[in-house]
Amino acid sequence: MSYQTGREAFMQGVRALLPLIPGVVPFGLLTGVMAINLGLSPGTTMGMTLLFYSGSAQMVALQLLHTGIVPVAIVATALVINLRFIMYSASLAPHLHHLPRRWTWPMSYMLSDQSYALCSLKLSSGELGKFAHHYYAGTAVAMWLSWQLSVLAGVYLGASIPETWSLSFAIPLSFLALLVPGIRSAASLGAASVGGLLAVFAVDMPYNLGLVTASIGGVMAGLLIERLRKSPLRDAQPHDVERETP
Amino acid sequence: MSDLALWGLFLAVGMGTFAMRLSFVELYGRLRIPALLRRALLYVPASVLAALVLPAVVYPNGQSEFVLSNPQIPAAIIAAWVAWQTRNTVLTLAVGMGALWLFKFLGV
Repeated sequence: MSYQTGREAFMQGVRALLPLIPGVVPFGLLTGVMAINLGLSPGTTMGMTLLFYSGSAQMVALQLLHTGIVPVAIVATALVINLRFIMYSASLAPHLHHLPRRWTWPMSYMLSDQSYALCSLKLSSGELGKFAHHYYAGTAVAMWLSWQLSVLAGVYLGASIPETWSLSFAIPLSFLALLVPGIRSAASLGAASVGGLLAVFAVDMPYNLGLVTASIGGVMAGLLIERLRKSPLRDAQPHDVERETP
Repeated sequence: MSDLALWGLFLAVGMGTFAMRLSFVELYGRLRIPALLRRALLYVPASVLAALVLPAVVYPNGQSEFVLSNPQIPAAIIAAWVAWQTRNTVLTLAVGMGALWLFKFLGV
């Protein structure tokens, strides 16, 4: 659908993100609680949350701080976990690069797995019209606020969520809810299967490199399947179309 | 670690992450995306999301050991089916968590 005003597109972006919030809040609460338990002050914790704006990197950095590893290794590990943002940036660039810096810098800072997952397909299909970046901004701002506020809640409520609730399972579930509807072809199914399985087998790789390795493997599988399925089809098409035209 | 070192660490990660998020958006045109990379990017979401989901389901609590009696696996399969049928995030989360609690309660 195409929007008439930037405001309308922004609000639709916010609405698109709302269903993802239940998956974000427990992770944010946990991050806040964990930082406080490791002895960081509320101010330091929120400063870290603002600067990182990346839950998985923050969780890993907190764990490494606890074990007393050298700071350079912590920085390297956190950045490797965030390598995926380069891929997201390249994917969104054709739709955002023409905007002025007062747009691109804040929008890049607020780039997250969630708003990328919500927008990447819609941006490349062009269905959002000329206010597409307002839609993206709506998802990005809503996600940023949900994350900061849930970490803040974790910090101040000191809400230690009972272990028996297993709320951490909500994180993979929320990614699953994004993943499954996005699988629209044999190639994307192949990319997901190979990416997922490689990540399971590569889980013991150092510095969380398993995630990056598995992602690259999955993408290569997707490309391979696309190539295998498309090349004979492309050759056959003109004849078939001619023959089938009544 | 001193407070100064801690803030230096946070700033380094923050700036590095921002640079990666901005990279192609800022340098678009100068940093040309080859056609192959453009096609490859189509498969990034499916691949990365699956690589985040599967280990988190198969290895509960961050262990790297496969446990057969892991209620997260059937719960995730049911949630994936709901996601496939309804494309509804909240319903997927609710059914997935409900299934996990049920399987834990039943001691499967």
